[in-house]
Amino acid sequence: MQSDTTSATPALELSRVVKSFGAVVALRSGSLRLHDGSIHALIGENGAGKSTLVKIIAGLYRRDGGEFRLRGEEVDFHSTAQSKANGIAVIYQEPTLFPDLSVVENIFMGRQPTGRLGRIDRAAMRAEATEIFERLGVSIDPDRPTDGLSIADQQIIEIAKAISLDASVLVMDEPTAALSGVEVDRLFSVARSLRDEGRALVFISHRFDEVFDLCDTVTVMRDGAHVDTMPIAETTVDDMVRMMVGRDVTEMFPKLPAEIGEEVLAVDGLTQPGVFHDVSFTVHAGEIVGLAGLVGAGRSEVARAVFGVDPYREGTVHVGGAPLPKGRPRAAMARGLALVPEDRRRQGLVLDLPVTRNITLAVRDRLARFGLIWGSRENESARVWASRLEVKTAALDTESGTLSGGNQQKVVLGKWLATDPKVLIVDEPTRGIDVGTKAEVHRLLSQLAQQGIAILMISSELPEVLGMADRVLVMREGRLTGEFKREQATPEAVMLAATADEEPAR
Amino acid sequence: MTATTEAAAPRTYAAHAQPLWRRVLVTREASIIGLLLAVIAVAMATVPNFDSPLTVTYLLRETAPILLIALPMTLIIITAEIDLSVASVLGLASVVTGLGVQAGWPLPVAMVVAVLVGAMAGAINGALVTVVGLPSLAVTIGTLALFRGIAVGLLGTTAISDFPETWTDLARTNIPGTPVPVVIIAFAVLALGFAVLLHFTPFGRSLYAIGLNKEAAAFSGIDVGRSKFWLFVMSGTVAGFAGVYFTLLYNNARGDNAIGMELQIIAAVLLGGVSIFGGRGALHGVIAGVLLIGTLGSALRLAGVTSDIINVLTGLLLVLSVVSASALSWVHQRRVAALGRRRGRSPGTSS
Repeated sequence: MQSDTTSATPALELSRVVKSFGAVVALRSGSLRLHDGSIHALIGENGAGKSTLVKIIAGLYRRDGGEFRLRGEEVDFHSTAQSKANGIAVIYQEPTLFPDLSVVENIFMGRQPTGRLGRIDRAAMRAEATEIFERLGVSIDPDRPTDGLSIADQQIIEIAKAISLDASVLVMDEPTAALSGVEVDRLFSVARSLRDEGRALVFISHRFDEVFDLCDTVTVMRDGAHVDTMPIAETTVDDMVRMMVGRDVTEMFPKLPAEIGEEVLAVDGLTQPGVFHDVSFTVHAGEIVGLAGLVGAGRSEVARAVFGVDPYREGTVHVGGAPLPKGRPRAAMARGLALVPEDRRRQGLVLDLPVTRNITLAVRDRLARFGLIWGSRENESARVWASRLEVKTAALDTESGTLSGGNQQKVVLGKWLATDPKVLIVDEPTRGIDVGTKAEVHRLLSQLAQQGIAILMISSELPEVLGMADRVLVMREGRLTGEFKREQATPEAVMLAATADEEPAR
Repeated sequence: MTATTEAAAPRTYAAHAQPLWRRVLVTREASIIGLLLAVIAVAMATVPNFDSPLTVTYLLRETAPILLIALPMTLIIITAEIDLSVASVLGLASVVTGLGVQAGWPLPVAMVVAVLVGAMAGAINGALVTVVGLPSLAVTIGTLALFRGIAVGLLGTTAISDFPETWTDLARTNIPGTPVPVVIIAFAVLALGFAVLLHFTPFGRSLYAIGLNKEAAAFSGIDVGRSKFWLFVMSGTVAGFAGVYFTLLYNNARGDNAIGMELQIIAAVLLGGVSIFGGRGALHGVIAGVLLIGTLGSALRLAGVTSDIINVLTGLLLVLSVVSASALSWVHQRRVAALGRRRGRSPGTSS
């Protein structure tokens, strides 16, 4: 259906696109050139800027700079509706359909064909949906409600929606993450038939085998910038991994030498069905253990289970040699465990409370005298930690929600350091904070290790893990798939353990 | 934002961003107390007999149940929950007191049993909310009907009114030399206890955290469920005690005692500055809120205003207070957002 007149003009072209959120630059120089009749892989680490790029294409974000051309014409989308009207369809990992409406109604949501007297022409809708499903070679009952359909089927419905809109550019953001093998095969055959119809497809995935199986061209991104674009036939997995991580990591964070003492935290055979399986590891006093892996590998869930806010079915957690009861954060805290959670705005802080109340929230029992707590004692304690971490705020009764991200993170760190922990678990300690504060946090973690605190650091940023950790653990799909000493932990080895389907050599 | 260098002088922090007078006077609680004083002053000057001791006595006697139950209700609403069953628990406790006396128990025994029944009713609410995990609004609408039904079922349409005079007199006695009923002593003790619990204990601190962000509270080692459970038990216990008082005051145990009082209580708590969304409010504001509604009603009645007009005025006051509260928080949020923009951290906005 595509009139392939000017094959030299790309279907879609982004060139040096910039996007930042306040102080955080999400995209420094994003480029992507997409041709009709092609499936283009977009790969990169978490935080490389892939999703930001996709959201600019989808019209969810507006770019701050750079060029965005659609069939040679400069465009600037203010809304997703504009992007759709220009023939772009984006299919997300988790489709957003109306669960109570039927498959057909979802496909034609908002633009139902009308017959005489303005009535919705159900027969026409149904006929077109059936025709699309036949073309895609899938069998989904068009009249059933979408509630209860598998994620794979929901994605097919999103694709059907895109086809009925006659979209010429389809972007699939990690569509296979939640799919089984058979479902992936079906999705791929659908994708190939769309390519053969002359449409341009973007495929984002962390799985190299899928990239090689499906795509013809690949673009690698790193740190918010375009690295390289090449035909898939001219590259290898090793090349791609090197391009994804290739950067000098040793000089970024000054890791101070710390004396590694006895074992403080021992996790053995931790299992929660469907979330994580048979996770065992230890952390010693003075040691920083990095826990690497892709988003969704189950790392945060393990941390939360160890701390007691999430359940686990099997396995044990020992702190200082004694077992820790399940599901009791209070008991964990009493034994010297501290967790700086992943989402500081929802889990780490009570945004509406002042800085003081947040810093003292985990030590409120200790601050009480004869069961009573006084504002002056809280202020005293908060002042100590705010100044030690150099929180930038004028007064201690400032609402925490008004601080910048980096300062909020310092408040959370102060809150947990105030508990005088033996084991500190930090989950994405530098996510979304500016570069200066990031370095301060790294220096702080290093100093804490020197003081003999056992640190488990979860991070999706490979350089952070490699720069800080004495030992690196890697998780993939709920299991530990690699363990590396500091010397052995190369970016390539860690990335492979985080993504490869085979058990990597240890 | 740049990193501070290590050479920089250690930061000093003021404890508060604003001077003391602003923090004390420019608050919701202060404005309610001010309004209460204004109403009292105007009524003293213009309403005949308002300043008589009898007015004070009747006013405090009648508002005592509301004052009492408003205390635990404040704590519950601060955790973003609600207890609509309190008036039904009051009725149930009243019936239990009456039946106990009818069965020949000494009154003190009947009173203790009635309070324990109240505590159990609260525990049922608490367990349904925290163990089963149902929303308290739904649970306590259910138990509002359930407890009231049991109360009316136990006693039918009859009433018991043969209580020992020593006790009914006690409910009506004033503190010697004052126009203040003795029940206010019990209230003062409870109010002090609840004020300390809410404002000066680690438990109180955790209640605000629960109301503002349940998840962050749990991540801070606060046992959200257990805290809420005990609040519902407290609420039931105090409602039970109020039921006993109510029975003795009117010398009357009936299943339909204090019907609809839960709404008066919640209205007064909200008027006193407690946010229905949780996390905000203070006990002195609530006490002022209860007294404001009571005083206004009493003054208007004495001035010969009919009760429907009084209802209209009270309702208007409540609506205005809610509107002004959300208007204030809207202004506050705008200011916070403006501050955030100046610091350059507003994700999602396009250039």
